[in-house]
Amino acid sequence: MKRLLPAFGLTPFVAYVLLFLAVPTCIAIASGFVGEHGFTLAGLAVLTQPNTLSAFGSSIWVSALTALSGAVIGAILCWALAALPERGPLRRVIDAASSVLAQFGGVMLAFAFIATIGIQGIVTVILREQFGLDLFAKGVWLYELPGLILPYLYFQVPLMVITFLPAVVALRPDWSEAVATLGGSSGAYWRRVGLPVLAPAFLGSLLLLFANAFSSYATAAALISQGSQIVPLQIRAALIGETGASQAASAGILALGMVIVMTIVMLGYGRLMSRAARWQR
Amino acid sequence: MTSRALLRSATLVTTALLISGLAACSTGGAADPGTGSGDTGSGTSVDAATATSAEDFGGMDELVKAAQEEGQLNVIALPDTWANYGEIISGFEEKYDITVNSASPDASSAEEIQAADNLKGQDTAPDVFDLGTAVALASTDYFAPYQVAEWDSIPAENKDPEGLWVNNYSGIMSIGYDSDKLPEPKTLTDLLGSDFTGAVALNGDPTQAGAAFAAIGSIAALNGGGVDDFGPGIDFAGELRQAGNFLSLDPTPATIASGETPLVFDWSFNNVAAAADKPSWKTTVLPGAAYVSFYNEAINKDAPNPAAARLWQEWIFSDEAQALFLEANAVPVRVDALTKAGAADEKLISQATFGTDSADWVSPTQEETDAANALLTERWATTVQ
Repeated sequence: MKRLLPAFGLTPFVAYVLLFLAVPTCIAIASGFVGEHGFTLAGLAVLTQPNTLSAFGSSIWVSALTALSGAVIGAILCWALAALPERGPLRRVIDAASSVLAQFGGVMLAFAFIATIGIQGIVTVILREQFGLDLFAKGVWLYELPGLILPYLYFQVPLMVITFLPAVVALRPDWSEAVATLGGSSGAYWRRVGLPVLAPAFLGSLLLLFANAFSSYATAAALISQGSQIVPLQIRAALIGETGASQAASAGILALGMVIVMTIVMLGYGRLMSRAARWQR
Repeated sequence: MTSRALLRSATLVTTALLISGLAACSTGGAADPGTGSGDTGSGTSVDAATATSAEDFGGMDELVKAAQEEGQLNVIALPDTWANYGEIISGFEEKYDITVNSASPDASSAEEIQAADNLKGQDTAPDVFDLGTAVALASTDYFAPYQVAEWDSIPAENKDPEGLWVNNYSGIMSIGYDSDKLPEPKTLTDLLGSDFTGAVALNGDPTQAGAAFAAIGSIAALNGGGVDDFGPGIDFAGELRQAGNFLSLDPTPATIASGETPLVFDWSFNNVAAAADKPSWKTTVLPGAAYVSFYNEAINKDAPNPAAARLWQEWIFSDEAQALFLEANAVPVRVDALTKAGAADEKLISQATFGTDSADWVSPTQEETDAANALLTERWATTVQ
């Protein structure tokens, strides 16, 4: 009994997760299987429609691209940061900024971009009027799929810094000294020690970034109003349409599709993290 | 300007106080025996709940008498600023001395029908509805047939043959543009020119938003298709996109004011209203078919005030109330009759209709809407990507 007692401390958390995550998820997905006459599998057809497939394709493509670029840029930043003194002002400033910016998303971020490089954004107007450069000469890409890349990177890079920096910092200086003592070059150290140690953490962070972009909704919703190019926007279209074209049940099925993709990603993340943990003991 | 706004809000507040005061007084009156539904109380033997025209009451005067005996009318989902309903309601109250109880002004069409269901049998149930077409056609079981005195001057395609629902007013699909930056578009193909690079926006995604759906229908009708074939409308959007002229940004009054959306396909009353914040904002309707989308007036068959409901119906289609719609740039369904009779200001008529008349109007039926939805679902996303 005594050992069980501390477990009760979890109750509020468990209740909260059940009430606001598990139950709504189940209800949302179940809504995809309810038709006029009760249970039906007819809704699943939406998953094979060309629109849905291209939305999943775009979602995965944008998420993968911004995750990969974010991870590479972030990793380089981490490597540079690790060389700075831990208590130094620059490192602390970048640390703090990363924590804040990694959470700076949604509608605020979209409007920050609209105000800066939108059609009448301050940078757009200066470039156009002072330098004769038109950012949107070939069409206004900011409000289409490519327009998501820059805003997404804006939160992906800082997120990479806060998740990956601990792994880089954990590289012990005595390892590189040991390699040097044994006559190894700096290249050999990175090839044989540094990269293998960092790889699981890097891939884990990469997957986290992917999941982060894949589930991101508000930024895209504020920027893109035509065509519902990514899955979260398709779900919106299925729910709010007023022309009679949308079916609320499709939203449940699309949500199921997203849950499947996220589950695969999270399982991968879990496996990589348990590998990484071996090195960080 | 400010003082006028102040005056207007003062009037509004006073009216609101008066209405609530009257409503409070009349709650006592409603308990009187003899005001229940089915009893006109005027000595005639007619049952107001089944009357299908003023003649059933023995003429307009008797209808007015029966309605005044009920003393009130419940309306729902009529915002004061929408199509001039504020003035239409107070006009009715003044003319007939009947209290109008306006419930949930911001409710949607579907919610109006829900309210009729939930409040059935109570004296707060809505007496009349103002509904979008999709909801109106799906809810005819809730309506009582009635033909107003002006029945013959309402075009046949704008009313149910029995009078279960009748179109009351519409917007016209129009082009609003910033006349400081863009030339006036005269034809559809003008929009493909380099003057309009990155400039042409729809009000929403046509698979989701009614106004954008209508924009594609309107473009289709001007581009060799029609309300029965949205394909040429989608094709034209694709051409706009190829030319780099299609702007996939959702316009709002703010984007119009800041110049981000220099040309917008939207309902005429919205485009005209946008000029308030942007004086250079002009509204035009291209010559040819004009896409309209009418709202529908209908009487609740379980109306707690059946005579007043029928009198309201007469009021909505009277020259007077139809002219009030015009003032808000909504096109009243009897605009042709008003023009012929000289019953409304010519200037207002040409302003609201952009020179079109009922011969130019197109609007899809339910089957055509379904077909258009299927086509848009299939083709829209790939066209604008």
